Amino acid sequence: MISADIQTMMPEIVLAIFAMGALLAAVYTTKDGMAPLLTWATSGFFVLLALWIGTGAAQTVTAFDGMFNNDGFARFTKVVILLSAAAVLLMSQDYMQRRGLLKFEYPILVALSVVGMMVMVSAGDLMALYMGLELQSLALYVVASLRRDSAKSTEAGLKYFVLGALSSGLLLYGASLVYGFSGTTLFSGIILATADGYSVGLLIGVVFLIAGLAFKVSAAPFHMWTPDVYEGSPTPVTAFFATAPKIAAMAMFARVVHDAFGGIVGEWQQIVAFISVLSMFLGAIAAIGQRDIKRLMAYSSIAHMGFALMGLAAGTAFGVQAMLIYMVIYVIMNVGTFAFILSMERDGRPVTDINSLKMYSKKQPLMALVVLVMMFSLAGVPPLLGFFGKFYVLRAAYDAGLGWLAVAGVIASVIGAFYYIRIVYFVYFGEENVGLDGKMPPVLWITAVVTATIVGLAWVPGINLFGIETMAQAAAATLVN
Amino acid sequence: MGNLLSLTTFIPLLGAIILALFLRGDDGAAQSNAKWVAMATTVATFLVSLFILFGFDASNTDFQMVEERDWLMGMNYKMGVDGISVLFVMLTTFLMPLVIASCWNVSTRVKEYMIAFLLLETLMLGVFMALDLVLFYLFFEAGLIPMFLIIGIWGGKNRIYASFKFFLYTFLGSVLMLVAMVAMFSEAGTTDIPTLMVAEFGSEDFSILGIHVVGGIQTLMWLAFFASFAVKMPMWPVHTWLPDAHVQAPTAGSVVLAAILLKMGGYGFLRFSLPMFPIGSEVMGDLVLWMSAIAIIYTSLVAMVQEDMKKLIAYSSVAHMGYVTMGIFAVNQQGIDGAIFQMISHGFISGALFLLVGVIYDRMHTREIDAYGGLVNRMPAFALIFLFFTMANVGLPGTSGFVGEFLVLMGIFQVNTWVAMFATTGVILSAAYALWLYRRVVMGDLIKESLRTITDMTTRERFIFAPLVFMTLLLGVYPALVLDIIGPSVAALVENYDMATAGMQSAGTQ
Repeated sequence: MISADIQTMMPEIVLAIFAMGALLAAVYTTKDGMAPLLTWATSGFFVLLALWIGTGAAQTVTAFDGMFNNDGFARFTKVVILLSAAAVLLMSQDYMQRRGLLKFEYPILVALSVVGMMVMVSAGDLMALYMGLELQSLALYVVASLRRDSAKSTEAGLKYFVLGALSSGLLLYGASLVYGFSGTTLFSGIILATADGYSVGLLIGVVFLIAGLAFKVSAAPFHMWTPDVYEGSPTPVTAFFATAPKIAAMAMFARVVHDAFGGIVGEWQQIVAFISVLSMFLGAIAAIGQRDIKRLMAYSSIAHMGFALMGLAAGTAFGVQAMLIYMVIYVIMNVGTFAFILSMERDGRPVTDINSLKMYSKKQPLMALVVLVMMFSLAGVPPLLGFFGKFYVLRAAYDAGLGWLAVAGVIASVIGAFYYIRIVYFVYFGEENVGLDGKMPPVLWITAVVTATIVGLAWVPGINLFGIETMAQAAAATLVN
Repeated sequence: MGNLLSLTTFIPLLGAIILALFLRGDDGAAQSNAKWVAMATTVATFLVSLFILFGFDASNTDFQMVEERDWLMGMNYKMGVDGISVLFVMLTTFLMPLVIASCWNVSTRVKEYMIAFLLLETLMLGVFMALDLVLFYLFFEAGLIPMFLIIGIWGGKNRIYASFKFFLYTFLGSVLMLVAMVAMFSEAGTTDIPTLMVAEFGSEDFSILGIHVVGGIQTLMWLAFFASFAVKMPMWPVHTWLPDAHVQAPTAGSVVLAAILLKMGGYGFLRFSLPMFPIGSEVMGDLVLWMSAIAIIYTSLVAMVQEDMKKLIAYSSVAHMGYVTMGIFAVNQQGIDGAIFQMISHGFISGALFLLVGVIYDRMHTREIDAYGGLVNRMPAFALIFLFFTMANVGLPGTSGFVGEFLVLMGIFQVNTWVAMFATTGVILSAAYALWLYRRVVMGDLIKESLRTITDMTTRERFIFAPLVFMTLLLGVYPALVLDIIGPSVAALVENYDMATAGMQSAGTQ
């Protein structure tokens, strides 16, 4: 019995053992000297795990009496989490090394947070969910303040920690209310308990739970930490924040609302729709005033979370599918954009002011094209990939009778388009300025070009988004039935 | 050739990719190579597109040369042409080589310039051939990207304002259409345009936020599509982006904008609004007619007081597009025939007028009307061609401008006499502003010192205008060339429309 349970969560266990083994190995040998090797090894290990999980048998298994699920939804999100974490880790190596930030703890902390994320998306119980969430968060608090001699980085870590603790508190409070009114923490139990009537207390619990989850996906009105943390953290860490944890949190969100509260869709749907519309508008409007590209990307990610939540708000299997596709597309665009942001340097020092991009196209035509593709895609202009993400969630929202949400979403996307195309304007026809260094590490160059190619061409008939559509559909089908 | 349409659409893209990948450097040789590659590509596209025209069977009102491939979400990549779209395809492929030829003197970032135009050609062709809602939207919206760059990078002094206004204005217009497309996808379960054209969307009245909506969901969808096409067209009062964009855009950009991009709005009305939402069109039709009449009179008056030549022609374009929308929403054979004819002919005429402004702008670097006068003394050939296109713009019988306007007015007269009466005054007004412009720029004595050394048109420039003059005259004296092709498809469109709205009218009289 127990061996079958352990078998089910083998990937998580293997990754945790890898992280601890790597920690011991580094401590007892050359410490930070191991860091570059460890970064590559962790990254490679992520890819191997992704392959292992991705090629696993398509079945739904629960372990530990329903505490842990291994279903299509979990596998899909785990693969995306692992691959994006691997890509970001690879991208960060050069940047961290040249600034003396490449400590051996970095890849290990990332690996531990990935373990947390994998537990989060597989959780079948409020306790298991909390365990995963905290493991993820604790590791992230530390990497946020990795640059110990920088006040901003420390501030980022502290802010993230305090606000994260607050949100965990909210989440726990909600969980305890739900437990109190349903008598169980198991998702499968909660959904049974709500099948024949539910009390107001449970609903209050759901509200608190959703508030805590919204903190983690950085959706308005719980987004306040995002810009500061994005700005203060070292850029590779920001890139990491923008990708893997976002998918994990969003997937966890989907799992809680569907697995545990799938019986009361009407109750949480309005809350999620409200958060969605608020995030889209806040992200679109607040980003207009930003001059720092990392803060800008923070608001951009808030807006994108709003769109992803639009899919979730539909409360249908297609909605979850749309959300998953949206998140995959979001991650691809962010990996590419951050590959470029990581390379923004002047005289070897990182620059994040968007004014430094002026007339970048004169020096680096190819990279300027990459920026153009990414920005138009983030804005949701067809035929680029970002448009298809929006199209899926719009369809999901309309199908679920949320036509007003779809209209609000497209209006927000027009407002948001302004700051994306302003970057294009800087790059292509701003006035000349003290520009950026032209050099770009090969890993970043390859990542940027490859993601831009995907973003530009994945819609072509014959490629059809690499079949992600059917995979996401299968994943969503295991969650919502 | 099973995929002739895709081939035509993507030849320019191929040329753009070749330029992007294989052309290095920015010296004179590289620049001239870029121009020649672009020229060869557009000419090849035109030649291939001739196969479409010759292979097209005008008596068949179905979509022809249809291609279909699996795509996302159960949608299909589907291309095809019918009598309404085939001539727009031809217009695009015919004009693009002339556009490329007109930018022979550009010397800043030539390679990117050529790539932008080739990309734009692919997207424009795609718009006219797409037979899937989302595929249409894809091409329709993607065209904003190269146009944004063309205005922004190669435009005039105030180009940044103009490019942002152009982008955001048109983007806002079309996202509402996107929501309507999602709604159609959801209601009808398909995005296939031929299927949607016969799908009957609900037209039960309902109330939304206390507002009674006559025609129900059809009216709402119609309005969403209208928001997009009216901005694109552009119709009064949402035309304000056009003069800015035209003035700031480089000559070739203006030509493409006026001659082809504006036609997407009219094409959209014909392809989507009328066949898919007949009830919605019937409910809102009168509003469009009056808006068109206002547009014709108001923008003609505005055109009269412009001091910038390009702005004047831009306002004149808005007025001429007023005839187009009016003809379309008259919904009878003459009206729609006239509207399509007007669009085609306006493509040649407005394109030529912008090119003519470009000719003198290249020499004097100003578009102020006051900076010119008496050009006829130094530039007889220019004066002749300018006179010809001024007359065509006014609608002189014998030029294509006359046929379109006459048919539209004939169509509208049968539907709404008052609108027809007001619209006809536009003919007088257009003569006023166009001839006055001609007098101020070309006639009189050459008194401006700066103009004493201006030279007449070069051979290259004359070659650009020759085909335009030829087409304007040909269609003016033998309009059947166009009308024979569009006629059967238009007849089918009108017939379906009348059938769909017949029930409504009888319900209204009870």
